[in-house]
Amino acid sequence: MSHDGPHAKLIYMANQIAKFMESKPHAEGVAGLSSHINDFWEPRMRRHLFEVLDAGGQGLRPLVLDAAPSIRRPAEAA
Amino acid sequence: MKDFIIPDRDFGTPAAKSKQMVTLNIDGFDVTVPEGTSIMRAAAEIGISVPKLCATDSVDAFGSCRLCLVEIEGRNGTPASCTTPVAPGLKVHTQNSKLKQLRRGVMELYISDHPLDCLTCSANGDCELQDMAGAVGLRDVRYEAIETHFKPKNNSGIANPNYIPRDDSNPYFSYDPQKCIVCSRCVRACEEVQGTFALTIEGRGFDSRVSFGMKSDNALASDCVSCGACVQACPTATLQEKSVIEIGTPERSVITTCAYCGVGCSFKAEMRGDELVRMVPYKHGKANRGHSCVKGRFAYGYASHKDRILNPMIRDSINDPWQEVSWAEAMEFAANRMKGIIAKHGRHSVGVITSSRCTNEETYLVQKLTRGVFMNNNTDTCARVCHSPTGYGLGQTFGTSAGTQDFDSVEETDVVIVIGANPTDGHPVFASRLKKRLRKGAKLIVVDPRRTDMVDSPHIRAAHHLALTPGTNVAVVTALAHVIVTEGLFNEAFIRERCDWDEFQDYAESVSQPQHSPEAVQMLTGVKAEEVRAAARLYAMGGNGAIYYGLGVTEHSQGSTTVIGIANLAMLTGNIGRPGVGVNPLRGQNNVQGSCDMGSFPHELPGYRHVKNDNVREIFESLWGVKIDNEPGLRIPNMLDAAVEGTFKGLYCQGEDILQSDPDTKHVSAGLAAMDCVIVHDLFLNETANYAHVFFPGSTFLEKEGTFTNAERRINRVRKVMAPRNGYADWEVTQMFAQAMGANWAYTHPSQIMDEIALTTPSFAGVNYAMLEEKGSVQWPCNEKVPDGTPLMHVEGFVRGKGKFINTEYVATDERTGPRFPLLLTTGRILSQYNVGAQTRRTENVVWHDQDVLEIHPHDADNRGIKDGAFVRLASRSGETTLRAKVSDRVNPGVVYTTFHHPDTQANVITTDYSDWATNCPEYKVTAVQVSPSNGPSEWQEEYSAMASRSRRIAAAE
Ligand code: SF4
Ligand code: SF4
Ligand code: SF4
Ligand code: FES
Repeated sequence: MSHDGPHAKLIYMANQIAKFMESKPHAEGVAGLSSHINDFWEPRMRRHLFEVLDAGGQGLRPLVLDAAPSIRRPAEAA
Repeated sequence: MKDFIIPDRDFGTPAAKSKQMVTLNIDGFDVTVPEGTSIMRAAAEIGISVPKLCATDSVDAFGSCRLCLVEIEGRNGTPASCTTPVAPGLKVHTQNSKLKQLRRGVMELYISDHPLDCLTCSANGDCELQDMAGAVGLRDVRYEAIETHFKPKNNSGIANPNYIPRDDSNPYFSYDPQKCIVCSRCVRACEEVQGTFALTIEGRGFDSRVSFGMKSDNALASDCVSCGACVQACPTATLQEKSVIEIGTPERSVITTCAYCGVGCSFKAEMRGDELVRMVPYKHGKANRGHSCVKGRFAYGYASHKDRILNPMIRDSINDPWQEVSWAEAMEFAANRMKGIIAKHGRHSVGVITSSRCTNEETYLVQKLTRGVFMNNNTDTCARVCHSPTGYGLGQTFGTSAGTQDFDSVEETDVVIVIGANPTDGHPVFASRLKKRLRKGAKLIVVDPRRTDMVDSPHIRAAHHLALTPGTNVAVVTALAHVIVTEGLFNEAFIRERCDWDEFQDYAESVSQPQHSPEAVQMLTGVKAEEVRAAARLYAMGGNGAIYYGLGVTEHSQGSTTVIGIANLAMLTGNIGRPGVGVNPLRGQNNVQGSCDMGSFPHELPGYRHVKNDNVREIFESLWGVKIDNEPGLRIPNMLDAAVEGTFKGLYCQGEDILQSDPDTKHVSAGLAAMDCVIVHDLFLNETANYAHVFFPGSTFLEKEGTFTNAERRINRVRKVMAPRNGYADWEVTQMFAQAMGANWAYTHPSQIMDEIALTTPSFAGVNYAMLEEKGSVQWPCNEKVPDGTPLMHVEGFVRGKGKFINTEYVATDERTGPRFPLLLTTGRILSQYNVGAQTRRTENVVWHDQDVLEIHPHDADNRGIKDGAFVRLASRSGETTLRAKVSDRVNPGVVYTTFHHPDTQANVITTDYSDWATNCPEYKVTAVQVSPSNGPSEWQEEYSAMASRSRRIAAAE
């Protein structure tokens, strides 16, 4: 994977999940992607993901963008 | 004298399986046994032991010694009871004057060609020849043999051509032909039990001898894999454990479980005092049925190896030498550091790694430490790097994160698919059981880039070997499904009943698309379309179909997708929910299953229940009196990333060597180096310990009580056979550390930990030590509904309700070959070594594998001017290393293969940080590499080895 940008690895991982979920019907894919990230990504990773999303989500596959509203925003750092 | 230990009763011949019962009369007693039982076994059932030498119940009868003669009323002669089956109404006599005389004659012959040095013989007290001489009342031997096998010189001082000196080449057992009675039990054990066919009987009559293959071969140079089945079968001192020769016979035995692989073989640890004399596979062990491999039986020497660290050690910085300290000091030091980190960086800045080598109870405590004492969910385990996709894939499709069958199930299988697993090396005892079934006619399909021993070995040949290009599992598995669906070979009745029919139709439509056909993917996968079609038909139509898979499936960027694809195949064909079928992950380490069950993953509490579920957290919160985080914690790669980032500072790592086992060594070492407190709890100063500040010495499986859970979900007891050499069992060490951190834990025995597990985890609700004592072992789920456990899963219906078909789209890994790195590296393991090798490298097993080698196809080797045995440089975009080449056509052109058992090889310097999309299980099985001639270790290897020896210094005691 390319190592440019602080969040390159994260974008890559989100896209990897998207590629799997893309083989499902769209709505199911959106739900699958968001619940996968909610269930498995710890708050720090999700925080990083939102940094990318809030900055426009460059590099993320469309399905990730579509799923973004149902991804849980982590509570502020405990 | 021979009652030194209560031996497992030997019934002489294997049990018959028939349901038809037959009644006969032996010595005046009626006995009813299954049809096909031998008269010898029937007699044994009522406590009559007919004298015997060549029969033993682990192998089929052969009828060569003629000691077991009996008389049957109305039949002529004196048939051998081991080869004569029972028949209704027979009247058998096992003892009368004629039989006595015949037997004495037989024994006399044997003894006249046997050295009479019983007093100094290593089998003294454990020799069936001796026992039989006693049993038949042999009192004198009337003639002296002129020709013998045991006299080095004959009476006139000339060398005896029949005398063969002892073969000591195998490190664990010796072969002393002068004591051989040519009963062929060893030969049959090697064939029938182990399936290696290393031994033969050469010659005839007086000249017949046991031989390790060719005349020139000694035991070590032969095909022998040192499983020890022959040694166990041998009635005399001919094949004998060297440990018995050295120590003497054992006087007591303790039943316990092997700590090497996920087969989970049961053993009798045979002891004299607190010295372990030998390990003998336990006949009633349900995973192994009396068999074992070289690791479990022989490779326990690491427990007393000089490298083992027995005292706790601390140091301020990883550049300092280690200081040996008392346990109390070590605890105080470690707790102070961890508390300091938490105070400064918050409770999320620390975490734990649990071990797949430790017991369930120990793992449970380590995750409890982080959840209940550190107050976060930062726990992970090395199962992450091997079978996490299994948990995900089977959880999604079936509803449980575990294999569906017990190992016995293989005996009823008709077609076996082995995908990405090398059972003869990775799971040897299962392989032996599988081969036994294959020799009886079951068909085999192997999906593996490499021609493993399963593909082609004595008396075994795979019907189809799909030698795919590494990284294309999903394409092949989906193509198999394509054939099954488009050719209408699926089991509609099963699918309608057990799965969601609409979901199936969606799935069928997707998988039927032409891009999934074997023809369409053949360029990609390198597997001929006809082979794929034939394999699919065989699996779908060949009777009971079972799939066994290993790390070659999981350790890919699409590992979870392949597991899902495999589950789809089983559902499509209705191969779920009865004996002989199923989906079975072959687990790597002994307690991978258990460590996953026990809540080692950061998102789930014990029993695979997500931390987001309030009702689940509640159970633990009320018991522990704490508040548990409802967010998933850090996985190992996240811990390392966060460490480099500066937000993760402290780690307690039990029984794992993440520096060696995790991908991208440089990233791991950078992460570890950035932490302020790394606590390593292990037997040896492993590679990770080079970056540690605290070292807690660990205990071996011989030194503690607990349980392991094997690949069939079987909970087996581990029993303490000697006191911990380091002073404490691992669970005690974790408890002391938790107490130093302020916890009020007060377990006094691991059984109390199991009680807590049962209390909190529904699938373990019925498990406790008393019931394990009584039943031997049990397969979870075990609770009120299934008090005896669950050998087969999904019998009535899937655990999740309806089985779920999920589309599997092939996504090529981004790890691709190109001009700079034109070859694909795939990795694997070898029989004699275990995982990162920390234990096996510290045993005599190194005679079979003293270094990792790189297998390369002759064509690729030629192109590069590489000769067999030469040093080569192996480079990927992550790094490079050197090792020796082995030119071999087991791999296809374009593919190279190595193992990763030796730290000097640093194979994970080569592997990249690509990982499974769902679980981040690293993609070990595909790395683009280049291979070129070299003349010595790479710079990294040299630097690393200098660094490692620096950081292993232990300061001399003042
Ligand atoms: S040790 Fe095992 S493989 Fe070797 S000869 Fe004996 S039975 Fe065969
Ligand atoms: S080596 Fe032992 S088992 Fe093999 S034939 Fe000789 S006596 Fe029998
Ligand atoms: S390593 Fe595995 S197969 Fe070998 S004895 Fe141990 S549990 Fe059994
Ligand atoms: S035991 Fe029956 S012939 Fe040897």
